Amino acid sequence: MSTVLTDKRPTTLRGASLPKWSPWVIAAGSVAVAVGIGLGAGLDSRIQWGLIAAILYVLGTYAIASMVEGKRQAKDRIATSLVWVAFLLAVVPLASLVWATVERGVKVLDVYFLTHSMGVVGDREPGGGIYHAIIGTLEQVGLATLIAAPIGVLTAIYLVEYGRGNLARAVTFFVDVMTGIPSIVAGLFILSIMLIFEMQPFGFAGSLALAILMMPVVVRSTEEMLKLVPNELREASLALGVPKWRTILKIVLPTAIGGITTGIMLAIARIAGETAPVLLLVFGNPFINNNPFEGAQASLPLYIYQQYSQSAGAEPAYDRAWAASLTLIAFVMILNLLARGIARWKAPKTGR
Amino acid sequence: MAKRIDVSGLSAYYGSFRAIEDISMTVEPRSVTAFIGPSGCGKSTFLRTLNRMHEVTPGGRVEGKVMLDDENLYAAGIDPVSVRREVGMVFQRPNPFPTMSVYDNVAAGLKLLGSYKKSQLDDIVEKSLRGANLWNEVKDRLNKPGSGLSGGQQQRLCIARAIAVEPNVLLMDEPCSALDPISTLAIEDLIGELKERFTIVIVTHNMQQAARVSDRTAFFNLAAVGQPGKLIEIDDTERIFSNPSVQATEDYISGRFG
Repeated sequence: MSTVLTDKRPTTLRGASLPKWSPWVIAAGSVAVAVGIGLGAGLDSRIQWGLIAAILYVLGTYAIASMVEGKRQAKDRIATSLVWVAFLLAVVPLASLVWATVERGVKVLDVYFLTHSMGVVGDREPGGGIYHAIIGTLEQVGLATLIAAPIGVLTAIYLVEYGRGNLARAVTFFVDVMTGIPSIVAGLFILSIMLIFEMQPFGFAGSLALAILMMPVVVRSTEEMLKLVPNELREASLALGVPKWRTILKIVLPTAIGGITTGIMLAIARIAGETAPVLLLVFGNPFINNNPFEGAQASLPLYIYQQYSQSAGAEPAYDRAWAASLTLIAFVMILNLLARGIARWKAPKTGR
Repeated sequence: MAKRIDVSGLSAYYGSFRAIEDISMTVEPRSVTAFIGPSGCGKSTFLRTLNRMHEVTPGGRVEGKVMLDDENLYAAGIDPVSVRREVGMVFQRPNPFPTMSVYDNVAAGLKLLGSYKKSQLDDIVEKSLRGANLWNEVKDRLNKPGSGLSGGQQQRLCIARAIAVEPNVLLMDEPCSALDPISTLAIEDLIGELKERFTIVIVTHNMQQAARVSDRTAFFNLAAVGQPGKLIEIDDTERIFSNPSVQATEDYISGRFG
């Protein structure tokens, strides 16, 4: 007994397909319709127009593709269009943020601004600069890195290369908990210690709080990088009669150094923008204070905050805040580029 | 240089699982001993117990004795690091150090073990690369990354790296399984030359290879999956392949199972 199945396959391998330019036309059409709907319904917000256009684009793509090309290709196209919409949703706010910062930041950003402090300049007067804040950020972040990077890397080495059993599990757990500590809590923790010893605010206290925030990030990223080093390399080295610690130092770390550096740089970028602990522990100071171990200091994020909050809407203070924001973004971006450069330079070589 | 290995009553565990059970054999110096047997029968595990690499695996544990000439590798107070300097190893997949040049790969063992003069290192690197039949192919690119070589060249680079530290015994864990026939032939020729200086133990899945390169052959088997692997017999290669004393060996070699 045999059942006859109707063969639904087409007789040719060539199916109907939309022309290459069709996504652009559909996008243009959906934007036009969305603008029409927006004007007709009297919607004020351009964001609403954009979202309507995005929904129309996704639905339109699916409808047209399923009519012309069939179900399977339509699903493929809907996935592609969703990816594009998600991409735009992510990029548009980012680009507008950078644009706004650059547009407003360049007004007062010049060499004078970068090399002078706010010393005798009143909050509402023009002039002054961020030299003292740059010094503060560099010293606080630098010291925090000096504390957190070695401890973090060594912790990660312990977890990946040695850690077995309960201690390793406990360390992993606490690193996870530390990842979730809000920055203000880290600040309060250090502050409570400072209060016990009746200390005045100083830069290094901020570094300690920043180090607490940085450490788990370094541990996590380094751990992942060390896990990526193939076990075969460790075994090859051990089989040559190289002790384990030298294997880690000379084989495992060099192989992973690019990724570890990137991780540390990203962690630095993260703490460079922290305001809360600095506000609590470093306090802010319009004068230049080069000594992180005594007296209040400034830092870039704190400077931005204080320019906004203490100037009661004065124009020059707003301009200074934007210029400082631009400096901070540039600082973080330069760090990221450096990290990428180091990662590429140190990556295992494959060339012939 | 070459030393005799004498194994008695050796069992190896992964956690509570016994991978090989009660193995005793003698490996003669300046000869090639091949291990054959079906997958999972513990050949590689046994090989790794011979230079204490088994215990590198989490949960790895060994019982029994391995005598290298007159020293028990598993006696109290024996430093596994020193054992591995005496008993070198070449792995299944070529694994040159990716951050190092060809030169540094060969010199890695020496550099990581102690300080050598540049001229001394140059000599040893050249000698080892010549010993691995690789010198002519790489002498113009000693400072290029080792991972840029072809698979067969990489494997010979690993052999050069292993013999550069002048071990007494060289263990090879399926050194040709990732290679094409021409590279395989190069490495088999190399094994023939190396046995003048080293004691060589090689694990292989290729029975023709065992027949071609080895002086003695050991056949391993396991009763069933989940059971520990056992040494069935060890004898002169010629005898194993023509007239083995155990029926299971003959069945395996003639392809009736496994």
